[in-house]
This record gives sequence, C-alpha cells and structure tokens, in this order.
Amino acid sequence: MLIVEDLYANIGSQEILKGINLTIGAGEVHAIMGPNGSGKSTLSKILVGHPAYNITRGKITFNGEDLSGFSPEERAQLGLFLSFQYPVEIPGVTNINFLRAAVNAVRKAQGRQTLDAIDFLSFIREKCSFIAMDESFLYRNINEGFSGGEKKRNEMVQMLALEPTLAILDETDSGLDIDALKTIAEGVNKLRNPHNAMIVVTHYQRLLNYIEPDYVHVLAGGRIIKSGDKSLALELEEKGYGWLESLEKV
Amino acid sequence: MANQDQLKSWLDKDYEHGFTTEIEVESFAAGLNEDVIRRLSKIKNEPEFMLKWRLAAYEFWQSMPHPEWSTVKFPKIDFQAISYYSAPKNLKDGPKSLDEVDPELLKTYAKLGIPLQEQEMLAGVAVDAVFDSVSVATTFKAKLAEYGVIFCSMSEALQKHPDLVQKYLGTVVPFRDNFYAALNSAVFSDGSFVYIPEGVRCPMELSTYFRINAVATGQFERTLIIADKNSYVSYLEGCTAPMRDENQLHAAVVELVALEGAQIKYSTVQNWYPGDAEGKGGIYNFVTKRGLCKERGAKISWTQIETGSAITWKYPSVVLRGDDSVGEFYSVAVTNNYQQADTGTKMIHIGKNTRSTIIAKGISAGHSSNVYRGLVKVAPTASNARNFTQCDSLLMGPLAAAHTFPTIDVKNQSAQIEHEATTSKISDEQLFYCLQRGIPQEDAIAMIVNGFCKQVLKELPMEFAVEATKLLGISLEGAVG
Repeated sequence: MLIVEDLYANIGSQEILKGINLTIGAGEVHAIMGPNGSGKSTLSKILVGHPAYNITRGKITFNGEDLSGFSPEERAQLGLFLSFQYPVEIPGVTNINFLRAAVNAVRKAQGRQTLDAIDFLSFIREKCSFIAMDESFLYRNINEGFSGGEKKRNEMVQMLALEPTLAILDETDSGLDIDALKTIAEGVNKLRNPHNAMIVVTHYQRLLNYIEPDYVHVLAGGRIIKSGDKSLALELEEKGYGWLESLEKV
Repeated sequence: MANQDQLKSWLDKDYEHGFTTEIEVESFAAGLNEDVIRRLSKIKNEPEFMLKWRLAAYEFWQSMPHPEWSTVKFPKIDFQAISYYSAPKNLKDGPKSLDEVDPELLKTYAKLGIPLQEQEMLAGVAVDAVFDSVSVATTFKAKLAEYGVIFCSMSEALQKHPDLVQKYLGTVVPFRDNFYAALNSAVFSDGSFVYIPEGVRCPMELSTYFRINAVATGQFERTLIIADKNSYVSYLEGCTAPMRDENQLHAAVVELVALEGAQIKYSTVQNWYPGDAEGKGGIYNFVTKRGLCKERGAKISWTQIETGSAITWKYPSVVLRGDDSVGEFYSVAVTNNYQQADTGTKMIHIGKNTRSTIIAKGISAGHSSNVYRGLVKVAPTASNARNFTQCDSLLMGPLAAAHTFPTIDVKNQSAQIEHEATTSKISDEQLFYCLQRGIPQEDAIAMIVNGFCKQVLKELPMEFAVEATKLLGISLEGAVG
C-alpha cells in the first residue's frame, strides 16, 4: 500500500530525514517510536504533503501512485489521513460544517455519493458515539477552547468520518488520561480492517497496549534504526533511550 | 510558499458582475450650476421647499473645501465633468407591473441572481429597484398599504407625502454636515422613502437593489426611513455594478429616524466594481449614513458587508439621543488588489442608559488598505452609557495593510467603554489542516474567512446572508445549520 524508498527531506537548511525505507501492506498497523527530534512528526507531515518540507531524495508510492505530484488535498482524497499532534483552532467554523465539507469533498473525489445535511447528521452522530464524544462538540468551533484530550478525540471523529485507507496518528496519545486513551483506542480499532492500514507515531508503549501493532520501527536521527514486532516496543520501554542511542552509533 | 500562490489565484477571481445593460438613457450634459438643479427639480415636479433646500445646499457646498483628512487616495474629482441626471428612457411613464419593465433590465437582474418575479413569489420581499437614478419597479405596494407602510421612491414621496419628507429630510444629516452630504442634498436624483406607522411591525423585509449604469454619471441616492413609535422595520440594500474603466462617484446619504421604542435594522451588501487588478477603474463610494434614536428606547442597527468599490469611505453612525436607546454596528470590509476602505462608525451617546455595540471585521489582501476608524462619544448628559467595541483584522498575503483608529471621547464618569482589537493572518497551518481533510484550497480559504466574519454574518437577514456568504466565496457555511 505504502512504499517509502530512501527518503531524504529538509526544512530550510536543516536535514531531518536521512534515508527512510518503509513498506506498509494493507491490514497492517505500524508503530513508529523514537525520541524527540528524531523525525517522527516530519515523516508524518511529509507523507501527507506538508508544503514546509522539501524532499531532496527518494520516493513515496501510495497504492501504486508516485505521490510527488499530488497536492495535500489530493492525497487526502486518495485516502491518506493525519491525526495532528497539535490540531489547529479555526474560529467561527463549526465542527459539523467542517466535517461535512471534508467528508463530501473526499467522497466526491472518490466518485462516491455525497451526504445531504440530514443524512450527514445521522452518519456523524454514529461516529461520535464510537468514541464517546458528546454531540454538542459538533456545534462548537473547530478545536476552539477544546482541552488537549478533546482535540485528540475530535481528530478521531474526523478520522472515522473520512474512513481513510492509511491513517497516521501523530502522538494521538499525548495529553490523554487512561480512560480517554482506551476510548480512543476502541474507536481506532473500529477502523481496522484488511483493506486499510495505520501508522501509529508515539513516544510510549502505553498506547500500543490498546492498539496492537504488527510492526514496530525505531526512528532516530532521521533513520529507521531498528524494526521488529510488538516486543520491540516493550524492550524499548524497558531499556530506554540510552539503548537507542548506542544502536544509532553502530 | 505554494500556499501564497494558490491564495492569490482565489483573490484574483474576475469580477463576476462586470457587464453592461443596453438601455436608452436620457441624461443631462455634464456640468453643475444652479440651472442644472432647477431643471432637475422641475423634471421631478418637486414642491417649492425641495428646490429651495437644494439651492441652499448647493450654495453652501460651493463654499466648502474638499475633505482631506482620510487616508484614502484618489485623483481630484472634477465635479463639472459629471452628469447629474440620467433616467432609463422607456420607463418614463412608470411600469404598472413587471411585464412593463424593460426586458433588458430584467435580464440584468437575472444575471445578478435576483430575478424580481422569483423574489415576489418566493421570498416575499418588496423591491424598490433603482436603475440609475429613477425607480423602475415597486412591488408589494398593496400588502404594505394594508399596514399603512409607505415604501416608495423619494420622487414619489415628494409628490404624495411632501409633509413627511419636509418634516424629516435633513434632520439627521443636515446639508452642512460634510462636503458630499452637501453635494448630495443639492443634486440627489432619487432614492427610497420608508415610513412605518406607530405600532406596526413591517410585514416583510424591504429591499432596494442599486445599480450604477450610465457612463460618467454620478449617482446621488437619498434614502429616508422613519420608524414611528413602537414600530419595526428591516431594510436591505444591495448593489453590484458593470465593469468600467472610468471611476464613478457614488455619494449617497441615508437618514434613519427611530421614534420612541422603534427599531430599524439596516443591512447592506456592497459589491460595486472594485477596479481591475492594477487598480484601474472602480467605484468611489463616499456615503453618509446616520441614524437618530430620537426618543426613548429606540434601536438602530447597521450591518454591512463591503466587498466592492475602488474606495469605500463611510461611517454608518447612530446618535443615541433618547434615553435607553441602543445603537449597533456590524461590519465586514474586504479589500483586495488596490482597493481602499476607510470605514467604521460613530456612536454618539447623549441620552441616559444608552448602549452601543461595534463589531468590525476587516480583511485585506493584495496591495489593498483597510482602515477602521471609529468614534465613541459620551456626552455629559449620558449617564450609565455603555459601549463594547471589537475590531479584528485579517491579513492575506504580505503586501496588504490594516489600520485601526478608534477614538473614545468620554465626558461622563459613569460610562463603561470596552475595546478589543486583534490582527491576524490566515495561517498556513489552518489552511493545511483543511487541505489535509480533503477540502480544496479555495473552499478552505472561504471557510476560514467566513468563520472570521461569522459574528457579523449572523446579523444579516436570511435573504442577504446567502448572497453575502457567496460574496465571500463561500459554498458550504450557512447551508448547514
């Protein structure tokens, strides 16, 4: 589904990714772990086409398409979704209007039927119920005055509504208490099926107790320095970053 | 950054309403003197007091220097190069129904998306359409007459209700008020007149669509709205204009009078030709709009969406003379390319317990300049006066400018005045967030802009909200919820 080959990228003069190779198949969940500044968020943003980063070498292929010619909105319409680490606030724009615009833009691009206001309401209510989000959030402005946890929950509603082929969760667990974490994980697991895939970016092993990964990759210094199954996450938890750094030097 | 380019293409959309209607026009030759004013008054068969007032205004105007205090810049206007009267010729006798209206004109309205017939049937909006200087179609007269509401052209009001006109005309904006008010008083061609009798809630929104058409014809509208005791009226004013190379002057005067317990809601969507991308052409919109809360418990509310004109220079104001009276001003001013806007409001508190609210949103893009200029004045008599002011500016692109000049003049210690101001940019992160959700760039910008203006847009009557959101390039917001 997703093939990242020898990817180098920078922002300004700073090189952040230094040769990433990653292959993700349908139905798989990949966890990407690593310390701050290792390039986890950069990789997430580059996959969805953030204009601030320059790709200097390498290639990203998604379902057979070379993504280099695709704008951010086209990538979204192809089924790429990023749950932002820091979701932005948009004053004056209600969640429900935003969600409907997004869902219908994606559906239209995919040649699927768009939803009218009434159908959309029942559609989105169901998605809210999956992650125990109060419906009143639909009528609030996007992320305005939301707590950290509420913002993350809002990202999950968007994800469930957009039904992406590949969802990237960038530190969705940060700022969440354990109950919220469980609820969100349940919602995420609802999306899992043999046809789509997920990248879970996280600092901690905690989230992976609830969203079980098929593969775990350790990112450090802009490179994937180790890959394994979920036991790698546990090992990492136990041995800490010092162990990582020694790996990096090898 | 790529976003800036895409942003620019959205901003560079051609003016959609740029077309000209071919209708025979009977015009005066260019030039202004006493004789022109006498001829104008005679054509309109005006009562003697009107001619006298016009001539007095003209005499005073001649003694006035052109005002230079604003930040707007434009070449000196040659007032002798302007024609002061033009009328759609074949409508001279006045149509009895829409069937008699020039088909070309109806087509013009259709292009603007405001077919009269449809409005009549579906929207229930009475329309006093102004095409150039003479009213061409007035609808729903019968229904309004049932309630005793008078809604007609100023020319007709001068024939049928001269006493009312004489009693109120110039009482809110005297001809000595300012240069363009004096000029308007001398040469105004037509406009709308509204009278709502005591205790009547006007059964429909009253609406006027303006359109400047003939080449080099200044348009001098004069509107007078009187809401008698405990009455209510909502008035809609909207306008678009064809594409022209020459600058066209528009110097209107709008006067509102609200008596005891009366409410007037005045909404404007202004979409005149703003000039081309190089700043060539476009309308000069120099308007004096003022409301008087004359008696106790009166309320006047201005809502304006200003997207057009090369230069917008106007300050819809409220004089809060009656105790417990309320003034409101909700404004969105959008400038792009080389447009200039110097707009805001004045809230003059004179009565006790008077309250005012000002919400002004300025959006500037391209090389444009957007100024909010406001005055909140509390007289010694205005005990417990309250004002809340919020001015927000949104900048799009690196070359646009936004300025805020609020003046607060308080002469009574019990007054409470609050002022908030912000300046922001559409952030790349906001835009990217929308794009990542699959929303196309153009829709995303429209959505963010619309959100920024929401506090003002929600003050518009439904009929207008749709057009206003369209003007801001919005497709979704407002359709849901």
